[in-house]
Amino acid sequence: MLEINNLRVDLEENGKSILKGINLTVGTGSVHAIMGPNGSGKSTLSYVLSGRDGYSVTEGSIKLDGEDLLSKEAEERAAHGLFLAFQYPVEIPGVGNLTFLRTAVNAQRKVRGEPEMKSGEFLKLVREKAQELKIDSEMLKRSVNVGFSGGEKKRNEILQMIMLEPKLCVLDETDSGLDIDAMKLVSSGVNALRDEKRGFLVITHYQRLLNYIQPDFVHILVDGRIVKSGTGELALEVEHNGYADILAEMA
Amino acid sequence: MMNLLQEKREAAKLRINTLKMPEGGWSFAARAAALERVKRTGLPSRRDEYWKFTNPETLVKQATESAALFKSDEVPFFETDRLKIVFIDGVFCESSSDDLVLNGIEIDRLADVIPNKVHWAQSIYGVIESRGQTPVERPLAALNTAFATDGVLINVKRTPSKPVSLIYDHSSENSDAILHHVIKVNSGASLTVLENGPAAARFNKCMEIQLAEGASFHHIRTQGRDHERRASTHMFAQLNASSTFKSFTLTVNGRLTRNEVVVELSGENSIANIAGACVGDGDFHHDDTVFVTHAAENCDSRQVFKKVLRNGATGVFQGKILVKQCAQKTDGYQISQALLLDNDSQFNAKPELEIYADDVVCSHGSTSGAIDEEALFYLRSRGVERAEAADLLTLAFLGEAVEEIEDESLTEQIVSLLSSWLMRHRPS
Ligand SMILES: Nc1ncnc2c1ncn2[C@@H]1O[C@H](COP(=O)(O)OP(=O)(O)OP(=O)(O)O)[C@@H](O)[C@H]1O
Ligand SMILES: [Mg+2]
Repeated sequence: MLEINNLRVDLEENGKSILKGINLTVGTGSVHAIMGPNGSGKSTLSYVLSGRDGYSVTEGSIKLDGEDLLSKEAEERAAHGLFLAFQYPVEIPGVGNLTFLRTAVNAQRKVRGEPEMKSGEFLKLVREKAQELKIDSEMLKRSVNVGFSGGEKKRNEILQMIMLEPKLCVLDETDSGLDIDAMKLVSSGVNALRDEKRGFLVITHYQRLLNYIQPDFVHILVDGRIVKSGTGELALEVEHNGYADILAEMA
Repeated sequence: MMNLLQEKREAAKLRINTLKMPEGGWSFAARAAALERVKRTGLPSRRDEYWKFTNPETLVKQATESAALFKSDEVPFFETDRLKIVFIDGVFCESSSDDLVLNGIEIDRLADVIPNKVHWAQSIYGVIESRGQTPVERPLAALNTAFATDGVLINVKRTPSKPVSLIYDHSSENSDAILHHVIKVNSGASLTVLENGPAAARFNKCMEIQLAEGASFHHIRTQGRDHERRASTHMFAQLNASSTFKSFTLTVNGRLTRNEVVVELSGENSIANIAGACVGDGDFHHDDTVFVTHAAENCDSRQVFKKVLRNGATGVFQGKILVKQCAQKTDGYQISQALLLDNDSQFNAKPELEIYADDVVCSHGSTSGAIDEEALFYLRSRGVERAEAADLLTLAFLGEAVEEIEDESLTEQIVSLLSSWLMRHRPS
């Protein structure tokens, strides 16, 4: 479903090259994990996928379900089924969490030609999903992410993901900042979404998350390139030995 | 070259020649005194420090610039049960107004009672205004006191069952209106006043408010619609012990608006909250000038002003908190912020604190900035279109001012007005 071909990306502000030829295909129903040292370009990849400004794609292509993503605006990509759970979710004072969620759900429905979700139906669904993630209803009323703890912000990302039912879910270090119980909640939220129509790209530093969300493939991103790909075993290897062996192999 | 004072006096003379002061009656002495003030100070000039950011020329000069009438089937403001008092181009319109009768309050039309020898408003008319002339002169208000022939005088003895709604229609392209209202709220009573409408091509309005012990006054105003209108308005409020004054103004459209609010907290434990939200697109200049004097212990004041500006619109805020030596335990707060939606718009702010008491808490802040790009992207990444996301963030920005309104249904009406305005003014 997701096909990334020879993707090269520079930072717009200073021309620094960050992604240096990424090739990656995520098939429907599969979970791919991306690991890699700090600063290797993992978040950059997730931002470029989601259409954030500030990057220039100098080469390559990204397709989701056969459609070119790069020519689409961020909001069009979302409506087309792409979702990014941010490494650092943004605080938006004055915009209520529920208002935000309902606006987003209905905006996407509109693009897809579906009817708006009725207020009652929406509230019922949000409350139910929030409860599963142990997000209390008081938090739903607050401004988006304002005053949320690190872990609460991450759970809020997953709530949005569940409500929006994307085709491709990109999770950027959703596990960092989560306690063990929250990690289990979030993982079961993610696992509940796993089905043959949906793909996942899970960025993480820790193998532990992958015990809960078991990946079909693991890729190691170093300095803007995928230098090694394998199965879940590869994550265990990284957990034990760090990136030293892999870097040595490259040299 | 003429010096500044000569020039201002000359401008006053020219303007005064076009106006006619009513003779006799209970208000005559106040009018004559106000006229003397105007003659002495002259009318504002752009060289005045107090008018540094706003050019008063069109507010001052003899003839008014014409203002096209804005025709629309826009929903009316304030869908709430209220006593309607309608002025058309600054003249009371009996046929469009409700009967001036409401339990607990006494309402007179100024024009009807001018010839009377005595009137309860005599102790207020021009009196609170003249107190508000120091330390900064406000000649357009004095001009108003001298020459106003219409307006309402409201004496609140007991809290009425509904708000009084002043509606200012604009029907002639060259109308030049002067209105003067006096509001007295007696001990323990409370009044809500709603104001809306474009009023006239040029509008000079003055409202004097006196709050007795434990009285409260709520004011919600929407100024807008006609793009070419000009207005200078003054509110002068004098607060006795344990009284509450709350005012919120929404301004949309209008070439030039200068709203001055002058509040004196002269009784202990009184509260004054003054808030404003404005949205301006293009040829729009909006000036909020606020002066709050703390002259008694234990009083709270808040000033919260938010402006959204685009396409060369200009916003001005001049806000002062003066704390006199006797006003210990003052809590004063002031914030003014502008959201500039492009590089052509500008915001000029002059926040001031002047404090002579030592046991006070006062804070002020002023900022101007663009839309938060991070937040915008976050919303877009969830599927919200750029324009809609920008509107959401803009409404959130205005929220702090709008939330100052206590009545929830009015808050909702204001928010929906704002969001439909934003929708109509999305950059194409
Ligand atoms: N806006 C920016 N300005 C300057 N440098 C940037 C910017 N965005 C990314 N970079 C740089 O690009 C490189 C890749 O950053 P990125 O955030 O993609 O790394 P990452 O793999 O997600 O790291 P981490 O594991 O720490 O989250 C880093 O060297 C980073 O400093
Ligand atoms: Mg990262």
